[in-house]
Amino acid sequence: MKAIVTVVGKDRVGIIAGVCIKLAEYNVNVLDISQTVMQGYFTMMMAVDVSGCTLPLAELCKAMEQVGNEMSLSIKVQREDIFEAMHRI
Amino acid sequence: MLNQKDILQTLDMIDKRHLDIRTITMGISLLDCCDADLSLCCQKIYNKITRCAKDLVKVGEEIEREFGIPIVNKRISVTPIALVAGTCVADSYVEIAKTLDAAAKTCGVNFIGGFSALVQKGCTAADWKLIRSIPEAMACTERVCSSVNVGSTKAGINMDAVAEMGRIIKKTAEITSDNDGLGCAKLVVFANAVEDNPFMAGAFHGVGEPECVLNVGVSGPGVVYHALQSVKGQPFDVVAETIKKTAFQVTRMGQIVGVEASKRLGVPFGIVDLSLAPTPAVGDSVARILEEMGLEVCGTHGTTAALALLNDAVKKGGVMASNHVGGLSGAFIPVSEDEGMIAAAESGTLTLSKLEAMTCVCSVGLDMIAVPGDTSAETISAIIADEAAIGMINTKTTAVRIIPAPNKVVGDRVEMGGLLGSAPVMPVHSESSAAFVARGGRIPAPIQSLKN
Repeated sequence: MKAIVTVVGKDRVGIIAGVCIKLAEYNVNVLDISQTVMQGYFTMMMAVDVSGCTLPLAELCKAMEQVGNEMSLSIKVQREDIFEAMHRI
Repeated sequence: MLNQKDILQTLDMIDKRHLDIRTITMGISLLDCCDADLSLCCQKIYNKITRCAKDLVKVGEEIEREFGIPIVNKRISVTPIALVAGTCVADSYVEIAKTLDAAAKTCGVNFIGGFSALVQKGCTAADWKLIRSIPEAMACTERVCSSVNVGSTKAGINMDAVAEMGRIIKKTAEITSDNDGLGCAKLVVFANAVEDNPFMAGAFHGVGEPECVLNVGVSGPGVVYHALQSVKGQPFDVVAETIKKTAFQVTRMGQIVGVEASKRLGVPFGIVDLSLAPTPAVGDSVARILEEMGLEVCGTHGTTAALALLNDAVKKGGVMASNHVGGLSGAFIPVSEDEGMIAAAESGTLTLSKLEAMTCVCSVGLDMIAVPGDTSAETISAIIADEAAIGMINTKTTAVRIIPAPNKVVGDRVEMGGLLGSAPVMPVHSESSAAFVARGGRIPAPIQSLKN
């Protein structure tokens, strides 16, 4: 199953590293990353594969939200289906 | 991969435009819970509800987290209790209401609908008992919602039931006067009630429905409002297209959540109700959408046309996004639950008469309206009759959820709290309708051709 990770917050050193390390800990494979910095704000979207994740998805979402709080970022993990449903016929 | 713009748009809708799934409602048939012994009947009802819906809230919360979209309410609807309780040897069905309340608490849902009777053509003994149990049932329960269907296009309007419902609403307000007549906010009088409506207070599980089913109600006035801000001054063709596209996106959200929830609960998926359901939060108002179309205040001339366009475009956009559409499907205009409606009513622009006209072209009817506490039962019955007539003639659902707020006068405000919001007390005509209501009997079903 695929999920989309969105990370938004003030840009600084080590955001991608921090997020990826956490994802690796839970055995989540990163498939694709796109990232921009707009007016000092860091926005990253990752497509990830959560099939091998060591946590149930709902708990991964909670854990990553917690990581976000620690790093003063907004981190969201959502199933890819919801975006597909909304934007593809 | 999905493009960034699409992902950000979805997040923006959820975070800033109040996009949410308003409710997932599990419909449960109680037809197998009949028993001559009232307490046994209650036991069967409690057991069945708590068995079927035990995972409803848990699954709802899981999906909420995984998809990252709020599911505001998890609710239950049941077979109209008048049909289930008819076998019971009892004079009142208040005990059953208490049982429903207890089952709702155990399951963790905030409302349970179905303390209902369908009396469009006439009342059985059980229907009368249920109707007369309503005031006490509303007073002594917290989560039970009640509805009575008094008319339909096929059967006409049962004016004896209409007259009785005026008295029942008054009594419910009086018996819950400590809370400004809050009991009336949980009581709806319908014409052409639908069997698969997931929205409260009018939800019940119709007799044509399966054993257990899951229906979803979406919301999204804030998203539509925001989308219209980007087409300021453009012709109505553009307005309609914009609403359709937005409604499609909102409904797809409901569809995916509904299918997922039904899979996890092992219950068939029923329908998505394509409704624009406002909340008292700023930025989540249907009235503000109408104003965005160019009206200074909701309720002024042009409001009915704006609402007609909105209602129709929401359906057209939503229908393609879901494999089964049903319920009430349309824009809701509950006064107390819509920040823009409250403001318009307080300014005096939005009147009861205009609201009545608006109900001809949109979903449901006179919803969450507070009127002075000294409004007579006959006047309330006459208001119900007017709404039922609109529903009957136009082959649509209409409803009345009205609160004759005890000891309140025009200009006062009734505080309902939470999603129910607060309502300014609106004036009603002081001229009597008593002799009209006293006639009783039945208004015949209308002819379905020669439409004019």
